[in-house]
Amino acid sequence: MLQIENLEKEFIMHIRGDAEIEGFDCISFSAKAGTLIAVTGPSGSGKSSLLKCIYRTYTPTGGHTYYTCEDGNVVDLAVAEPWEIIRLRATEIGYVSQFFSVIPRVSAIDILTNTQTARGIPSKSARERAAEYLEKVGISPQLWDMYPATFSGGEKQRLNIANALITRPRLLLLDEPTASLDARSKEWVMNMILDLKQEGAAMVGVFHDEIAIETLADWRYEMRERQMVPIDYKMDYAQEELAAFA
Amino acid sequence: MDKRTPVMEGKNITVRFGDGCSYCRSHPELEKGRCPVCHTIWGVRDVSFQLYPGEILGIVGESGSGKSTLLKTLYFDQAATSGGAYLSLYQDGQKNILEASSQQKRYLRNHLMGMVYQNPMLGLRMKLSSGSNVAEKLIAAGNRNAGSMIDRSTELLEHVEIPTERMRDQPRVFSGGMQQRVQISKAIANNPPILLLDEVTTGLDLSVQAKVLDLIRSIQEELGIAMMIVSHDLAVIRMMSDRTMVMLGGRVVEEGLTDQILEDPLHEYTQTLVSSLL
Repeated sequence: MLQIENLEKEFIMHIRGDAEIEGFDCISFSAKAGTLIAVTGPSGSGKSSLLKCIYRTYTPTGGHTYYTCEDGNVVDLAVAEPWEIIRLRATEIGYVSQFFSVIPRVSAIDILTNTQTARGIPSKSARERAAEYLEKVGISPQLWDMYPATFSGGEKQRLNIANALITRPRLLLLDEPTASLDARSKEWVMNMILDLKQEGAAMVGVFHDEIAIETLADWRYEMRERQMVPIDYKMDYAQEELAAFA
Repeated sequence: MDKRTPVMEGKNITVRFGDGCSYCRSHPELEKGRCPVCHTIWGVRDVSFQLYPGEILGIVGESGSGKSTLLKTLYFDQAATSGGAYLSLYQDGQKNILEASSQQKRYLRNHLMGMVYQNPMLGLRMKLSSGSNVAEKLIAAGNRNAGSMIDRSTELLEHVEIPTERMRDQPRVFSGGMQQRVQISKAIANNPPILLLDEVTTGLDLSVQAKVLDLIRSIQEELGIAMMIVSHDLAVIRMMSDRTMVMLGGRVVEEGLTDQILEDPLHEYTQTLVSSLL
């Protein structure tokens, strides 16, 4: 579903004497439907930059990000027109950022409702589903009509995840989705991500948390010296691959 | 792949104040758009853009970068030196509206485009009542039934939260935020598919600014109007727009997704602009 070939990113800081900062280099991997690729590595190794390059918040300097859309068309996200990216973000590609930037002065339940109505879902059923998701991520009903700017870090993060999952994206990019969560809400969130994976979504996630990797990941890579190195992968997948070759 | 048709497309629009000389014609990157030899000002230089249905296109840049001049040119307040603008809903997108007759321009302004100015004096008649200001737009679009016009004006002003009992008041006695809201209701009176907004919140205090922006966003969500928003304030652009164009010295130096412009600015000027964000 997602095939990345030789993706690279370099930042040129013109206001700092044209300094060149290397993000990453020659990254290639693919994510099939219903699998999660976990990317690990130390801070500053370029993990988040990779996700942002796929989502096009960053403009890649080279390489390709081939994505197979729901209608079967293959789009190279690395060079697609902005309107195409906007359309795909609204319909198929979700992104859970590390830091939740909220739309000001919109209540939690309205955020989730609007995300759905923007995709043409009637507002009554959108609101019901919004309530269902808020309950699933454990946000107490008295907060539903509040502005998320007043929420705690963990509550914001859970709302963020609910907002990304509620549209059932086909490709989901996760930037440390469980980082600021306690054990109980981490489990809720992981279950929701697993559900979506079983529905056939492809996912790429940045993680530090071993338990999350154990539970969610099918393939594991580490960022080392600006490259993505495969670490290990689960046996059942290895056997599946072997069976496919046989 | 079906490429969406833009509702409005600008092609190589140039607005020049002065005749230009061989030096400035061959040097596109003039400091502040001003020719050091013949002192011609290139207000807008060779700007092309697409505005897609239902999107908000932000335009940022410093004072004098040509962003307001571009908007004024599209609304015929300023004549273009060369270039064209085309609306998909007008003569199948074949007619360059910048070369339209004054009758055609009137039609375009009354039916297909709305404009909200930074200065309410430009968009409103201060000595007519607010209701009449809105009704004026309805009359311009051919409405002649007083009853239905009063109903529609009331509905529009209620929509922008101007209380019905103040409909008869003149906008000059209103606060800045209220004036902007009357301007907005006037601009959307005939359901135009395109709305142009020129620094609409500049000079308003923060809470009023927030209210006006929330109103614009809710109108956009409700009616799906395509908007071009000019602002020098990156916070406004971040909150409102899907795509952003950055202007400098009359030219577009960078354009892209708003999150890309803010998080991964590629042009030197955009990097300076983003690094100035508080």
